[in-house]
Amino acid sequence: MAVLQMQRFSICALKKDRKAILEELQMLGVMEIDTSVVEDEGLQKMDTMESRQVFEKQAVMAEHALDVLQKYVPEKTSMLDSLAGKPLIDKADYDRIVSIRDELMKKANQLISMNKEISENNANVVKLENQIESLTPWMSLDVPMTSKGTGSAEILVGTMSRVMTLEEVRVAVSEHEPDLDAYDVQILSADRDLTYLAVVCLKKDAGRLEDALRASGFARPSQMVSKIPSELKVDLERQIQQLKTETKQIEDKIGSFAESRDDLKKVADYYRIRADKYQVLGLLPQSKQTFFISGYVPAGAVSILNEKIGQAYNCTVDVEEIKEDEEAPVLLKNGKISTPAESVLESYGLPKKGEIDPTKIMSFFYIILFGMMLSDAAYGLIVFGACFIVIKKFPRMGEGMKKSLSLFMYCGLSTLIWGILFGGYFGDVFDVVARVFFHRQSTAPVIAPLWFAPLGDPMKLLLFSMGLGILHLFTGLGIKGYTYLKEKDYMGFVCDVVFWYMLLVGLLLMLIPSSIFASIAQAQITFPPFLNMLAKVLAIGGAVGLLLFAARDNKNFGLRLALGAYELYNITGWLSDVLSYSRLLALGLATGVIASVVNQMGSMLGDGVVGAIGFIVIFLVGHTLNLAINLLGAYVHTNRLQFVEFFGKFYEGGGRPFNPFKENTKYVDIKEEN
Amino acid sequence: MSQLGIVYALLGAALAVLLAGAGSSIGVGIAGQAASGVVTEDPSKFAKVLIMQLLPGTQGIYGLLVGFITLSKVGLLGGQVAALTPQSGLMILAACLPIGIVGLISGKYQGKTSAAAIGIVAKKPDQFGKAMLFPAMVETYAILALLISILAVTNIPV
Repeated sequence: MAVLQMQRFSICALKKDRKAILEELQMLGVMEIDTSVVEDEGLQKMDTMESRQVFEKQAVMAEHALDVLQKYVPEKTSMLDSLAGKPLIDKADYDRIVSIRDELMKKANQLISMNKEISENNANVVKLENQIESLTPWMSLDVPMTSKGTGSAEILVGTMSRVMTLEEVRVAVSEHEPDLDAYDVQILSADRDLTYLAVVCLKKDAGRLEDALRASGFARPSQMVSKIPSELKVDLERQIQQLKTETKQIEDKIGSFAESRDDLKKVADYYRIRADKYQVLGLLPQSKQTFFISGYVPAGAVSILNEKIGQAYNCTVDVEEIKEDEEAPVLLKNGKISTPAESVLESYGLPKKGEIDPTKIMSFFYIILFGMMLSDAAYGLIVFGACFIVIKKFPRMGEGMKKSLSLFMYCGLSTLIWGILFGGYFGDVFDVVARVFFHRQSTAPVIAPLWFAPLGDPMKLLLFSMGLGILHLFTGLGIKGYTYLKEKDYMGFVCDVVFWYMLLVGLLLMLIPSSIFASIAQAQITFPPFLNMLAKVLAIGGAVGLLLFAARDNKNFGLRLALGAYELYNITGWLSDVLSYSRLLALGLATGVIASVVNQMGSMLGDGVVGAIGFIVIFLVGHTLNLAINLLGAYVHTNRLQFVEFFGKFYEGGGRPFNPFKENTKYVDIKEEN
Repeated sequence: MSQLGIVYALLGAALAVLLAGAGSSIGVGIAGQAASGVVTEDPSKFAKVLIMQLLPGTQGIYGLLVGFITLSKVGLLGGQVAALTPQSGLMILAACLPIGIVGLISGKYQGKTSAAAIGIVAKKPDQFGKAMLFPAMVETYAILALLISILAVTNIPV
């Protein structure tokens, strides 16, 4: 349970060792570079922007090539593969990649250009298809559109702007040119609002006829084709076919690149690592012969750095404590059971300067509260088993995923225990099966709860939930007190923590013997008189203390009292915080009751073979759904109790996560040589 | 004997399931629209926004829970149907109202809050933990209503 102590580690070394030292640092991955404190008078920083961009571009290109491969020869992946994490490669393999990187980038380039060719081909196919489409109405024309006709006859090809029959066309012409007669109209086709026609007439009449037709909406086609339409169509189709064959060939060729996929992944990582290195290089202040590196290092890693860099190279190293006004990055270290809960803390915010790491205490409550909300032994066993198997099966899964799954594994265990205490095994499946299929008469449960059944005595569980809540909240207040003591702020400790404890404990002690409590607990508890006296003294003492000292920094006494009274008003906040823990009861009941509903529905088909099959189907579907929805509920509400109620008492967060200079790879991890 | 008592009790169970379920479907619907928008842009956020969408779904389950407890209490689920007086029937009806009404209203508003939280996830996926809290705040009141409904239904003498 700790925030790791950070130290500032500075190196001044010769430029000739620059590359080697940077690579060593990157491989160790224990230092967050921060050169803002180095006085850079007379020192210069290198502009590495350009080379960095070159490497980044290479990395992006390799990834683009991978995308192309994925598109045409998809890698087989299953749901579980995403859990597997990055494979580990050894140094020799990595060196091999480095030596053939140019070749690989050539392959990447080829892949990208082949992809481009395919998309161009596809665009051309679409264009040709459009062309065929526009030819369709002219298909029955057996001369080219641009045909000049014969010696004395001429052909007019075009469209009328509405649907017309042969007679209508002739009538329209005779309205304008009643004496024109020697012409032949052929309707080629018609669609919704156009009629496509070809007219043969004498050359000398052509002008008059066209004018007459125009008056009724005749127009020449916008695109004249110099070939016979049906021949052109065949031609175009052949071109499309050719393009498609070409595409197919390119696709096959892309397929032959599939074996380079793994190497391309590695080379992408290689360029990403180099780009990172150049970014850091750009930050380093340098003189003519030397350069400086400075950054945050966890205190435990200082000796490794001393050994690997301080002694290995001709340089001076300097280790200092972090200065008062410096905000060091935060790295947490916890025990085996608590580490998984770090991810929960991270999603709220890391401890800021001066705050302690509450992960250990929080993980303890997290697991208990989660188990109580799910509280079904069978569900707990399923969650525990699933997480356990996945963790064992994929030892190299990502850090974050591993943390979450381990946390759920412990939560599953806790659910199992609460389930046994409350007697929930898939709700009441044993009772239902015994009654329906084995005709058991007794109404007593098959497996009696170790403690008690919540539905039988909800008030008892309600009181227990709130009791647990008070314990949780008091722990939070205790941590606040601990922080005050650590900073030697004794006044704060007494005024903000001890007075609250006095007031709350006093009020609790006054509440327990009262009749309200008796009616809830269904048992009258009587305290000896001195305890009643003590309760009153504590409550009044705490209240007066808060009233007078809560706003002790305020000079104006009247305002101070008013602010003190406002602090006292926070007692309602405590009340609502404690009531909030009633969700432990509500969610626990929800799991059990919905599970019973499922069992009940399953049993409605009666016994016998049909009944048994129906029961199994309903059982599987129903309990899967119930488990999923209640897992979500337990997760959300455990987080809420931690974040709002618990952290609200003492924790602010807002620390900056430790972000070391390391080999930040996407596809593979590189094994360190040793 | 008058059957009115059982009618009131059944009406209560129906109201609990009906109102709370309606609230949840409104809420899940609102959140689902926002979630679909995010997935159009970035399918990798599917799991996160799906969780957000499901958050307002719990009211319906609470309604079901109270409805079920009520039905089993009055013996409608197999066994002997209890002989309820109209008074105790009305008492059960009253006990069912908190989760029904609060479920309806909180379901709708939790849906709106979820939709807004989905906006957080869309822009800052790493703030998922905090985003999830806002809809969970609304749910508190549904849980309190559920609690009172359960306590009342189980403690009414039949």
